[in-house]
Amino acid sequence: MSKHAPRMLTAVSLVTFFLLLVWAEGNLDPYLRRILNLIAINVIWAVTFNLIYGYTGQFSLGHAGFIAIGAYTAALLTLPLAQKEQNFFLTPLISPLNTIELPFLPSLIGAALLAGVAGILIGIPSLQLRGDYMALVTLGFSEVIRVIFMNLQSLTNGSLGLKGIPGHTNLLWSWGCAILTIFIIRKLASSSYGRAFKAIREDEIAAETTGISLFNHKLMAFAIAALFTGLGGGLMANLISTVDPNLFSFVLSYQVVTVTVLGGVGSLTGSVLASAIYVSLFELLRPIDQPMTLGGITIPGRPGMRMVMFSIVFLVVILFYRRGLMGTSEFSWRWLLSKLERLFGRERQEA
Amino acid sequence: MSILSTDGLTKHFGGLAAVSDFHVEIAKGELVGLIGPNGSGKTTIFNLITGLYRPTSGQIRFDGNSITGVRPDRITALGIARTFQNIRLFSELTVLDNVRVGHHLRLGSSPISAALGLPGYGHEEREITEHSMKLLNIVGLDDVAQEQAGGLPYGQQRKLEIARALATRPKLLLLDEPAAGMNPEEVRGLMDFIHHIMELFALTVFLVEHHMRLIMGLCPRILVLDHGVTIAHGTPDEIQNDPKVIEAYLGVEEEDAPN
Amino acid sequence: MSLDMFLQHLANGISLGGLYALIAVGYTMVYGILRLINFAHGDIFMMAAYMAFYGVALFHLPWYVSFAVTIGLTAIMGVVVERVAYRPLRDAPRISALISAIGVSLLLQNVGIVAFGGRPKAFPRPALFALEWKFGEIRVLSLTLFIILITLLILVGVFYLVYRTKIGRAMRAVSWDFGIAGLMGIDFNRVVALTFAIGSALAAAGSIMWGMKFPQLLPLMGVVPGLKCFIAAVLGGIGSIPGAMLGGFLLGVGEIMIVAFFPTLAGYKYAFAYLALILILLLRPAGLLGRIVEQKA
Repeated sequence: MSKHAPRMLTAVSLVTFFLLLVWAEGNLDPYLRRILNLIAINVIWAVTFNLIYGYTGQFSLGHAGFIAIGAYTAALLTLPLAQKEQNFFLTPLISPLNTIELPFLPSLIGAALLAGVAGILIGIPSLQLRGDYMALVTLGFSEVIRVIFMNLQSLTNGSLGLKGIPGHTNLLWSWGCAILTIFIIRKLASSSYGRAFKAIREDEIAAETTGISLFNHKLMAFAIAALFTGLGGGLMANLISTVDPNLFSFVLSYQVVTVTVLGGVGSLTGSVLASAIYVSLFELLRPIDQPMTLGGITIPGRPGMRMVMFSIVFLVVILFYRRGLMGTSEFSWRWLLSKLERLFGRERQEA
Repeated sequence: MSILSTDGLTKHFGGLAAVSDFHVEIAKGELVGLIGPNGSGKTTIFNLITGLYRPTSGQIRFDGNSITGVRPDRITALGIARTFQNIRLFSELTVLDNVRVGHHLRLGSSPISAALGLPGYGHEEREITEHSMKLLNIVGLDDVAQEQAGGLPYGQQRKLEIARALATRPKLLLLDEPAAGMNPEEVRGLMDFIHHIMELFALTVFLVEHHMRLIMGLCPRILVLDHGVTIAHGTPDEIQNDPKVIEAYLGVEEEDAPN
Repeated sequence: MSLDMFLQHLANGISLGGLYALIAVGYTMVYGILRLINFAHGDIFMMAAYMAFYGVALFHLPWYVSFAVTIGLTAIMGVVVERVAYRPLRDAPRISALISAIGVSLLLQNVGIVAFGGRPKAFPRPALFALEWKFGEIRVLSLTLFIILITLLILVGVFYLVYRTKIGRAMRAVSWDFGIAGLMGIDFNRVVALTFAIGSALAAAGSIMWGMKFPQLLPLMGVVPGLKCFIAAVLGGIGSIPGAMLGGFLLGVGEIMIVAFFPTLAGYKYAFAYLALILILLLRPAGLLGRIVEQKA
């Protein structure tokens, strides 16, 4: 394969993908579009979690907190003034938020930036701790954020949540952001910084002795991840049109962990695949929660069966297939070509 | 002019005095050895010098600056590199990447520049790769550059660790039992290699070894440690005939006894 | 606040603290041996409560039989969880076991939701524990005092077991250094299984008393106490049993007192526990009674 072929193939696929998105946006029914949007958002979250955990080896359970910050920021910035009045009937929204109404792009940027700042603030104390303690502290911060959002009536409308967020998110926005996230994190991962992150993951003592400042690099990965996670949160708010603090419990963080582990910790390709599978299955399996008839036998459905199945699958993966779908491998054009060659080469020989 | 000097260096772990009042002065370009029975505190001294441990008391000076209590990565930036007794490679990374990591501390480009693939970063990356391949060539590992580091045979892993240390452009190189597990021929090769890189990179080397032949044949000056205390200090001949040294090694296997 | 009110709050605080202490000890014992945060502990606590409930409501057992059986079954459940979800990952990186623990926790919660339904169940409160006793102006539920008494008895029992028996010595040796302990002929698997059994039994005892104190059972009832009790264990010094006991009591008393003195902050109740955790881990990670072990490079 020539040196420039991979880059050209990627460019061609991206253009094709983009055209497909445009078509899909205009032609698929809303239910399918919602699923595709959710997949894109989950891709962003899984990829950012991979940056923190897969590449740098830091286990953070705080994703929900950054998602919350991103979601609420975008919501509060895009919410039309009239809706704001309606939502904040108990306690008025503080100024200047009650007079601002911004278009989507600046709101998303705001969401991302604020989440990034939160990432730095939370990262500074959390990243000084090791393994399981860090998991707990990041979980703690995430929950503290949720409780604060639940109580700050004049900023977030407390437990009443925000309704009527404009549905700006469409396939082009969500997948555009997802591809941007993948691109940037991929580039970072294959750069000297990526090597530094992986060195930290492999052996912190050796990394430090090789001149890598542990804390600075961990914080870097963490903040960058938080930034893009917030971006995903903002996209989500403008997709589901309603946010309330209970959406951002640690169950959401576990969901991100689940998807990343399923795909293979350290593999961006895995994150994409696993997001697609997880979100699709989640929707497809909705019927399990209701009673259904299969070949004449009625299977009693109970709400929650879906989650039980998912929990079991997750445990099975963690216990027996810890490497997930892709392990640490990534998709590459060369890999595909060699697979195809083997497939068709053999046929040609037999003929 | 001494490039490394310690004064009253002491380290306690709870009630145990691992190192007591260690004193050394190493001049630029010197090759100094540190020997002692197992558990005498040799690796602890290395860990103290490289900042992995904080001294309980005492001072360390490097190249005119105090490095007592300084963080390990800063100490490496100042110019001290080391290898580990139990090899610590980045196993899942390739051989080439292990060495490239050693260049990271001197990287000028920002993460943004790297993430966006800006030309400034691309240039640095090319330089890093070129220099890394040169180092691999010097240690004889350039043909396995793309292999996973963890899969290399033991001897090659040791060489890789040295290459990675050299990538940080050190002035002082600390080698912790580099000859462990080597046969006599390999040891001879190692001795030549150490002389070669000292000349090539203007290095000062401080060497911990268990392997008597290597130390005696290589180092013009040796310190002997026992239970954290320096019991002898001198040329190989002086050390070999020092009664305290012989006593410290009594009851130890033939091949480790000084002769 | 009058002295009577204060004493009443204090009694409630110590009572709650006792329950927290029971659960916290379970966390700390497991962490001491496996360096694992058993996320599923709080959900085992929940399962025990439902078991005790169904023992009475479904199988019509007398309450003391149901309670005793529950404690036994929960101990077995703990051992099974360890065997199935943690032991296979013993050689894996520590985070894998943590992820597995989270998985078990979620599984138990979801099974609870499916099996028990989302509507709260009323836990039985035998007449003995429902008496109201008066001391001057103070009104105290007999349950509150019984909890304090029973908890103290159980904790003394645990203390005795861990510090005065041979098997307890084995547990302590393993938690100090399991490599060496293995060399000394201690059967690691047995010690681990026993630790889980005891920890889960303690959680069951705690949950039964909890159920009597707060009679509404919900499938997610173990989540918040679980996290709070882990925080209590960290507060006292993770890995230290006396530390867990101390942490539990401090947390219980603190929680009641803070809300008593500052009722407007009630909404932030959960945040306090987390804030306490964050502060402790940053300022004094060894906890109140723990010790820091410096890592050898």
